[in-house]
Amino acid sequence: MKAFAEMVFILVVVIDFSLLVSSRLKAVIRAAAAQGALLSVLPLLLSSERVEVGHVLALSLGALVVKGVVIPWLLTVAIREARIRREVEPIVGFIPSLILGAVGVALAFALSNGMPLPTPEKHDLLVPTALSTVWTGLLLVVSRRKAVSQVIGFLVLENGVFVFGLLLSDFMPTMVEAGVLLDLVAAVFVMGIVMFDINREFSSLDTEKLSAPKD
Amino acid sequence: MLFVVLAPLAFSVLALLDPLAARRPRALLAGGLTHLAGVGWLIVAAPSPALHGWLELDPLAKVVLPVISLLFAACSVYAQGYLARRRDRDNRLFVGGLLILLSAMTVVATSQHLGLSWVAIELTTLSTAPLIYFDKSARALEAAWKYLLVCSLGIALALLGTFFLALASASTGGPHSLLLSDLVRAGHMLSQAWVRAGFAFLLVGYGTKMGLAPLHSWKPDAYGEAPGILGALLSGGVTSLGFVSLARVVQVCSAAGEAAFARDALVAMGLFSMGLASVYVIGQRDFKRMLAYSSVEHMGILAFGLGLGGVATSSAMFHAVNNALTKGVLFLAAGNIHRSYGSKLVDEVRGAARRLPVSGSLFLAGFLAITGSPPFGPFFSEFSILNGALGAGRYAVGALYLIFLSVIFVGMGATVLKVVPGDPAGAPEVANTRDSLATAGPPLFLMALVLALGLHLPRGLKVLFDAAAARVGT
Amino acid sequence: MALSLFDLFLALLLAPLLLGVVNRVKSIFAGRRGPPLWQLYADLLRLWRKGVVYSHTTTWVFRAGPLVAVAALLTAALFLPFGGAPAALSFSGDFVLFAYLLGLARFATALAALDTGSSFEGMGAAREVTFASMAEPALFLCLVTLAKATGGLSLTAILGPALPEAWVRFAPALLLAAIALFVVTLAENSRIPVDDPNTHLELTMIHEVMVLDHSGPDFALIQYGTSLKLFLSGALFARVALGFCEREGLLRLALFLGGLAGFATLVGVVESTMARLRLSRVPQLLVGASVLSAFGLVLLLR
Repeated sequence: MKAFAEMVFILVVVIDFSLLVSSRLKAVIRAAAAQGALLSVLPLLLSSERVEVGHVLALSLGALVVKGVVIPWLLTVAIREARIRREVEPIVGFIPSLILGAVGVALAFALSNGMPLPTPEKHDLLVPTALSTVWTGLLLVVSRRKAVSQVIGFLVLENGVFVFGLLLSDFMPTMVEAGVLLDLVAAVFVMGIVMFDINREFSSLDTEKLSAPKD
Repeated sequence: MLFVVLAPLAFSVLALLDPLAARRPRALLAGGLTHLAGVGWLIVAAPSPALHGWLELDPLAKVVLPVISLLFAACSVYAQGYLARRRDRDNRLFVGGLLILLSAMTVVATSQHLGLSWVAIELTTLSTAPLIYFDKSARALEAAWKYLLVCSLGIALALLGTFFLALASASTGGPHSLLLSDLVRAGHMLSQAWVRAGFAFLLVGYGTKMGLAPLHSWKPDAYGEAPGILGALLSGGVTSLGFVSLARVVQVCSAAGEAAFARDALVAMGLFSMGLASVYVIGQRDFKRMLAYSSVEHMGILAFGLGLGGVATSSAMFHAVNNALTKGVLFLAAGNIHRSYGSKLVDEVRGAARRLPVSGSLFLAGFLAITGSPPFGPFFSEFSILNGALGAGRYAVGALYLIFLSVIFVGMGATVLKVVPGDPAGAPEVANTRDSLATAGPPLFLMALVLALGLHLPRGLKVLFDAAAARVGT
Repeated sequence: MALSLFDLFLALLLAPLLLGVVNRVKSIFAGRRGPPLWQLYADLLRLWRKGVVYSHTTTWVFRAGPLVAVAALLTAALFLPFGGAPAALSFSGDFVLFAYLLGLARFATALAALDTGSSFEGMGAAREVTFASMAEPALFLCLVTLAKATGGLSLTAILGPALPEAWVRFAPALLLAAIALFVVTLAENSRIPVDDPNTHLELTMIHEVMVLDHSGPDFALIQYGTSLKLFLSGALFARVALGFCEREGLLRLALFLGGLAGFATLVGVVESTMARLRLSRVPQLLVGASVLSAFGLVLLLR
């Protein structure tokens, strides 16, 4: 169990790297979907005996459906409507983003060593993975130009927060976790609607062109 | 207590399902007045906590909930006139969204569970983002997008911070809970490293919702493009709630022994916000964007007061009330002026005092109030915060505070004095936009409240502010 | 010692066969029967018997290039342990020397290309050297990760009996290092997706264009050097990838040869299924490989 969980964490970080360097939007969406699907397996791998199986199963299934299927499908529809395929060279270039991401991952690992955990044996790689994914998401949101890429960055960030939330699955009420998923859907939905409208105002989903109000 | 949360929701469902556009604003009015009545009863009757202690009317809630209710009620009256004149737009989402916003704001104000407040704050973002797009222009679209993205980003980081606090409570002997009372009681049992990290992320997250610099980038666009009502509710209501949530986190930090770190961060961010606002407010040509920077400034003042502790924190509570009411006046009046001239730019708008006597003078009075002129309320709260700073021996930050306030007074004054006085002849005019009872009455009422608070602060309120400050910790 | 020398001799002999396997795999994918596995031996023999032509613009550098290249590669072969047995020579830190001997071979070839005075060759040399400079951090990060995992500082120690134990304890980190090493191998040996060994279009040649001017025995040396470099890189990769198995004697040799064949097949498959990357994307690939191996190192240091 522990070896599998470790493998999943490492794969998640590798997917983070691939998100930073890829410019084909379809590949990015697929990678984000794969990451979401991977994460949905984690509750099952990390659950302890104290929590009932039904709840954990529901959480896993919910995460899989939302992160692995629904949201990527919405994003694919969005890029099809806008007929865009590639991210243009972002504000921070692909190679600098990759290097920044790697530095962030190294820092995440270094910082997590100092933080005490209630059950350290079980969740060895969890905190660094979560922080690395949050950092990757932040980089994507801040440095990408296309609205779709920014939304994907936000989703990756939420993935990282979700991973961190798994630490609490033993003793925290369902509400927080359900709230995360629910709000994620809602946020993406609303973003999607806005995106479709953004799409109609401008023929490319390029937020650089949306810099009209300036001081 | 659940009644005040659920009543607006019920009205919002009615509004969303109502096919008749002319009838929907009545639901808004009904919802606002019902909520006001409910809150009034709560203050008088002082009921016990609801939902197993998850919702409670603690001193912080008692400070902020009545103000929000009053502000919303005033705005709902204003909306009757406003929506009647905007028949060109579909108001279904507008009315429904505002009522959901009210419900969410009530939850944030009274929530004692950090997870619940987080969900409710996220709901305030989601319910208002589509409303910024009410004008359906390209600039409104950008404003709505930026607002949604930046605030959601902040909210996600705030959730991470909340998780950190939960982890802090999970150390051996800890309470394993996110209820404020449990966390405060645990005190030093909480893991300090996690509390500190959690505070940092929550400061960023809730600071984004408040609009502290450098997380304020959504404010100028959102407040500039949103309709006046939404601007009033966002800058008066939602930002105050961000402040209250932050204060509750400081409460936990004080109990855990991390107060010094938290306070230093708050003072620094507060001064930075004031400084940034003072730079951007000079030469501002759009008077609604100017109000956005004023909001950044006042959030900075609130953070500054919270960070200083003692008397300053109590005055910060008073200032939260003043700010909310005055921003209501300013945004509603600005909305009237904007609609009458069809423009927000200083080059095209002049002589507002002549064309719209009530709105114009209210805009001027509101400017004087918000920049701290006596005898209005904000003067006393801002002065008291300065007193607190100097009294604690922090002369440098007190001097900076004073400098920024003065610069902002001059900067805003230049813009306001171009808009209000003068001759409106020759300026563009939109038909049927003169002051009416519905559009001028509410801001007048709010201004009267601000003046009353300045002239005489009731003893009961002073005790309440002190109690709220004491809750946050020394 | 005798065993090591025997291994070395076998390696030098079998190097062209490896390239033959790669080409055969590619042909099978293309649906052809393809050239026989020993085709390169026949080519080398043919080239050796031919006369050589030197351009008037070249100097001794051009004549020395292929010789220095093959000499460097042969010296590098002395340090590489084949299939777990100790190498002929080893000292602490010799993996740095190994990497730079490979670099010396490339340097000599590039100099010879520049010496012709033709802009065509110069362009190829420039591209090749640029990509090599980006592959170098990745290579070193891989080697450092391996060194940290096994605790050894010479290639013999790193790839020796300490490797199976390291695989048991640090499997994820070594897996990442192995993947990064494979990408670096493709880059260093000018295979797809970094360079196309079959293309003859000006716009797309990198390594091929550097050696365009050599003829006869010189070209034979170049061809042999290429196959030897592929063999050495493949031996390194095969040992790292299969390091979790530990056998003795004849079984060890068989495992090693099997690993090499697997490596050749993998290269062939990659070459057949992927297209060459756009030149501007190659740096991203190489930085990605560096980042992967850096991540492996971080996992080790945790």
